[in-house]
Amino acid sequence: MSGAGPAGEALFGLREMELNFGPQHPATHGVMRLKLKVDGERIVDCYPIIGYLHRGTEKLFELHPFFQNVPHTDRLDYVAAATNNLAYVGAVEKLVGLEVPPRARYIRVILAELQRISSHLVWLATHAIDIGAMTPFFYCFREREVILDLFEQYCGARLTLNCMRPGGQPYDLPQGWVDRCGEFVADFPAKVAEYEGLLTENRIWKRRTVGVGVLPPETAIAYGVTGPMLRGSGVAWDLRKAMPYEAYGEVEFDVPVYANGDTYDRYLVRMEEMRQSARIVRQCLERLPGGPIMAKRPRVLKAAAEAEVYHAVEGPKGELGFYIVGDGGPNPYRCHVRPTSFMNLQALPEMARGALISDLVALIGTVDIVLGEIDR
Amino acid sequence: MSWSWLDWLREAVGQPQFTLLFAPAAKFLVAIFAIFLLIAYLVFAERRLLGFLQVRLGPNRVGPWGLLQPIADILKLLVKEDTIPNRAVRWAYLLAPCLVVAPALVIFSVVPFGPSPTAPGAPRWYVTDLNAALVFVVALASLGIYGIILGGWASNNKFSLLGGLRSAAQMVSYEVPQGLALVGPLMLAGSLSLVGIVEGQARLGLWFAVPQIVAFFVYFVAGVAETNRNPFDLPEAESELVAGFHTEYSGVRFALFFLGEYANMIVISAIAVTVFLGGWLRPFPSVEALAFLDLVPGVAWFFLKVFAFLFLFIWFRGTFPRFRFDQLMDLGWKWLIPLSLANVLVTGLVVVLVDRGP
Repeated sequence: MSGAGPAGEALFGLREMELNFGPQHPATHGVMRLKLKVDGERIVDCYPIIGYLHRGTEKLFELHPFFQNVPHTDRLDYVAAATNNLAYVGAVEKLVGLEVPPRARYIRVILAELQRISSHLVWLATHAIDIGAMTPFFYCFREREVILDLFEQYCGARLTLNCMRPGGQPYDLPQGWVDRCGEFVADFPAKVAEYEGLLTENRIWKRRTVGVGVLPPETAIAYGVTGPMLRGSGVAWDLRKAMPYEAYGEVEFDVPVYANGDTYDRYLVRMEEMRQSARIVRQCLERLPGGPIMAKRPRVLKAAAEAEVYHAVEGPKGELGFYIVGDGGPNPYRCHVRPTSFMNLQALPEMARGALISDLVALIGTVDIVLGEIDR
Repeated sequence: MSWSWLDWLREAVGQPQFTLLFAPAAKFLVAIFAIFLLIAYLVFAERRLLGFLQVRLGPNRVGPWGLLQPIADILKLLVKEDTIPNRAVRWAYLLAPCLVVAPALVIFSVVPFGPSPTAPGAPRWYVTDLNAALVFVVALASLGIYGIILGGWASNNKFSLLGGLRSAAQMVSYEVPQGLALVGPLMLAGSLSLVGIVEGQARLGLWFAVPQIVAFFVYFVAGVAETNRNPFDLPEAESELVAGFHTEYSGVRFALFFLGEYANMIVISAIAVTVFLGGWLRPFPSVEALAFLDLVPGVAWFFLKVFAFLFLFIWFRGTFPRFRFDQLMDLGWKWLIPLSLANVLVTGLVVVLVDRGP
């Protein structure tokens, strides 16, 4: 199998095989293409090629007024629309100077944390099925379905939620929603235990993930990696704790950090995050304040000329930021997204070099990319 | 039941032709037909069982409880277009699926499904009782892999090639412990014939799985690896190699690969049952108090045990992640082969010391 090194090349005319992994491949989670150089099954080099899903979203932002841009954000990280909304409306509110009423802030946190759970469920489902464990996929989607139902009852949509507005929330929580949501988050930790029962101590699972794709903390920081990937490398950095926004300063939760920086630790981080998210939602439901859900705001939002703002939130995958520049008109002059998956993807070739093709599949899973956000 | 019509047939065809050609051919056809039916419903049972394990329903729309689903699937596969990639190596591409199915089916010709009947003139429950059956089985079982390697190579697809390579490595690592695991029971029974081995277990009054528990374990693990089933389904790993060696195959030829995989599952189970779990024997064949279990015919016992194994295969698929290529080799070379070698040594010593040979 091996022997395509310099000596093998000279002696037998052997060379590395070039393998196009994607854009249509079940494990690339969308339309990413990896150009691989492989020596047998060992990856010599890995070069991600992106752009198959480019839609010019950032340009589109310039063509619409501030509040009409919320639906565009839904389509960035399309398995976590609520957190995209949150990051964008947060940036606009900072830019225009709007004070969000407390009830709206709590509703936002509830939606964002439910979204984090559902995004992590999609990650776990696909990660597990990539490594060959079929069953967790269906378990995860069973719970995700409940979350999507909750979203549907709140705003009518299941994936592209469009559920936040600059200045507050478009709708109040419908009748009975708090109880249904409370029921779900009360049950959820038991469901996480169920997934963990299938995987966490499974010897094959451990052999496939422990020590695979080790990302030392310095490398992770150098690549701008954030979110569970950074926390799996032992860096305790979570925007919800570090610079609390919305109602995160008022709830209690832990930020799980594991030190080894391998695929298994990143798995553990995300599993614990799901539990913590459920905990946050439970607290928010208990303390949900009354009052208005929308701030007093002008009919047309206008940013001051040359006003600029960067606002970031802790999305399910890491730091998701919006950089918006105003020009005095109702549209953003320029809007740039700091896409979490794009930054995290940069660390993939680093982790993949020297690994096997089977590991690559685990690594793509552990980076947790969504191409809608990478290509924009 | 009277078997006199068989005597009449024997007269009509002529004695040597009947025993050497006509009877085996007829029996083989019956066996193959039964196996095909079994495979079709094994696929169905697998899908329903997996559905049960995975909190969903599985196919339940075609016919009552979805029972006609396998028929619909077969029809679909038969009428689908059979594509051949432009730059495939044509002869090898066409030959490969047949190479997978044929050996698996031929193995059934030496498997005894039931005990020798007591009625005079009745046909026996096997196609033929080969005196070197065990060697025959091991030889044929390793032939099937060539189809996979050839198919992977001939498709002219890099993912298929990798699948074929993985399969080759898997064969090299797992043929050896599998063969070695069969040596233990062979020494205990003193016979290479599968019928002889079952009779040996009847003599001993004990399934060989008890004294040969290590060999049994090694054989089954190696068997799962041989059939390319989860957790050893590397050659066709959906998420890594996009179905591996059969990526390019469609229609009937894909169906043949599929058939081969399931036929191999049944073969591995049938051999494991015959060699280690007493074939057609009831549980605890020496315990008189359980004699009422003999009311269940031997064939039923045989298939009951085979189904238990098949259930295990499906259960594995619902539970385990997939091994990595190098870990699979590790397991084969560092664990299974030393284990089976040690087992051969110990068994040999015991057999010599106790002198329980024939």
